[in-house]
Amino acid sequence: MTDTLTPVLTANWDQPDSFTLAGYSRTGGYKALPKALAMEPDDVIATVKNAVLRGRGGAGFPTGVKWSFIPQNDGKPHYLTVNADESEPGTCKDIPLMMANPHVLIEGIIITCYAIRASHAFIYVRGEVLHVIRRLQYAVAQAYEAGYLGKDILGTGFDLELVVHAGAGAYICGEETALLTSLEGYRGLPRNRPPFPAVEGLYASPTVINNVESISSVPSIIVNSAQWFAGLGTEKSKGFGIFSLSGHVKNPGQYEAPLGITLRELIDLAGGMLRPGHPLKFWTPGGSSTPLLTHEHLDIPLDFEGVGAAGSMLGTRALQIFDDTTCVLRAALRWTEFYQHESCGKCTPCREGTYWLVRAVQRLEDGEGTEEDLETILDVSDNIVGRAFCALGDAAPVPITSAMKYFKDEIILHQKNGGCPFDPAASTAWAV
Amino acid sequence: MPFSEETLTRLKADAAEITGKYPRARSALLPLLYLVQAEEGYVSDDGMTFCAEVLGITQTEVRGVATFYTMYKHEPAAEYQIGVCTNTTCAIMGGDQIYAELAEHIAGGAGHDEAEHGDALGGTSDHGDIKSADGKVAVERLECNAACDYAPVVMVNWEFFDNQTPRSAKQLVDDLRAGADVRPTRGPSRLCTWKQANRILAGFGDGQATDGPSAGPASLVGLKLAKERGWTAPAADSGGSSSQADKEPS
Repeated sequence: MTDTLTPVLTANWDQPDSFTLAGYSRTGGYKALPKALAMEPDDVIATVKNAVLRGRGGAGFPTGVKWSFIPQNDGKPHYLTVNADESEPGTCKDIPLMMANPHVLIEGIIITCYAIRASHAFIYVRGEVLHVIRRLQYAVAQAYEAGYLGKDILGTGFDLELVVHAGAGAYICGEETALLTSLEGYRGLPRNRPPFPAVEGLYASPTVINNVESISSVPSIIVNSAQWFAGLGTEKSKGFGIFSLSGHVKNPGQYEAPLGITLRELIDLAGGMLRPGHPLKFWTPGGSSTPLLTHEHLDIPLDFEGVGAAGSMLGTRALQIFDDTTCVLRAALRWTEFYQHESCGKCTPCREGTYWLVRAVQRLEDGEGTEEDLETILDVSDNIVGRAFCALGDAAPVPITSAMKYFKDEIILHQKNGGCPFDPAASTAWAV
Repeated sequence: MPFSEETLTRLKADAAEITGKYPRARSALLPLLYLVQAEEGYVSDDGMTFCAEVLGITQTEVRGVATFYTMYKHEPAAEYQIGVCTNTTCAIMGGDQIYAELAEHIAGGAGHDEAEHGDALGGTSDHGDIKSADGKVAVERLECNAACDYAPVVMVNWEFFDNQTPRSAKQLVDDLRAGADVRPTRGPSRLCTWKQANRILAGFGDGQATDGPSAGPASLVGLKLAKERGWTAPAADSGGSSSQADKEPS
């Protein structure tokens, strides 16, 4: 039996110098690099494919397969861009990872660039996390000094430049094509696909875009083997991941476990719900873009298939947990406002649709909603989902439509009551 | 006021260092905007003209980018920009109350509506700043800052102040206004000013990277539990199962 928790990426975070080259090296870091550089690049790709590492940024696309889409001997420069723009509400795994262990990401970047034949890589990190940016800048400088970056890395003839690039406060830049447009120095607007970034990405050259945690998982796969990684997790969701618990639990935080663990197990590990007598009401499995689930779903395996079968998505394993003191409409309204605020404005369904959604949800929360508002919400939702330019639009109606699915009675109660029946003070961290 | 010759010379040297990192110079626009914001506390017309000249594009093209991203200010910022996360998890855990009390605290008798106000939109979509009369502090609403396990979260000049309460947040504001020593929860031992923060975002470190903890307490809960219970990832050759012999003593 595999242990319940399996710290790999988080294993050294309790060391006071885990973010330094010395600290990382002392706990086994930079052992994968010489091993990978002694392999053929295609063999590195094959290893990651065989491990069945699926993207940890939410979509779950197999990382090795993505790498294999990069055309070879095409005469164009290739690029790796790490998506470190972690901004999905509830998602809080990459930021502590880069603060505590930036070198595991850098080692993963070097190996990935070697595999896809890239000589320039970027970490596109959200700007609002100053200390994380300091740590990344410091770690990159250390890696250059050690000869892990720059010219002729470890005497292999492989060259790599790595730039830490701070975003400037736009959730949309977590969408991969918007990220590239932003990195090119423009407004972060998404692009049409195809062409896919693997063919025409940064500067219209082949580009791989991977999440922080995906790239950080690569060194352990190289060191321990694809079979080791694939031996963890479930049949189609291999390996381990960081599960981030927040909200109404006793000990919120980061729990690194094989994919397939359940929320019941995780809440138990987190010491139970925050307040006695206040049970779980609703939760997100992977950020605000993943449909809400309830206590009925405590025992579903948290892997791509299990959460999908329950009508939601694994997403980023951002488990936001709310007890019965929480108004589901208040929660959904705030997320809906978030999508309106972050809509880039490029396409009409998302720009206009998010505006009208906020107004309808606000009426429901204020107790002024009608049956017509419920119909409007579903109608607007139908006009956004599948018609918007990118996934932001598809996600925008998710909080309210999933709230309507499970909590219709509560919406009616708002109408009957002429307002919200919940006391916001009762759900704060300091409420008894 | 246009930059002095001396300032221009210094900024040009910094700009050359920034553009040199990128395969194409235009990629340097975001860091260049941080560079001019570090100089003046906001992105002024002169700042945008400087970026345009460095990159050989028009000032209008620069403005189009600068107005898209919320981290660029278009009027002078306070020395300490305070952001309260009011996205769902933080809001419910108390962020809404913290924001309301801070806004009142900073605006003083003037009240929320009459306080000096940034690009306000009204309602909870209002992400505009409320600035103190002395220009020392300003408070704004933030979207999720990726620290949900420390909710409710307050940021000052983009440093983490975790697990706040209305009382601790008001104390924080008072300390900042009084010039007292203020330490982020996960960050450097000295809080830098808004201008200094922007210089780091432009790519120029301040030598404080090694300050502060590797990880905060919530980041470590899973690891701590695993160590207490002797749980580890399997060893390399065990093909997915771990045995007692594989485990390191904790």
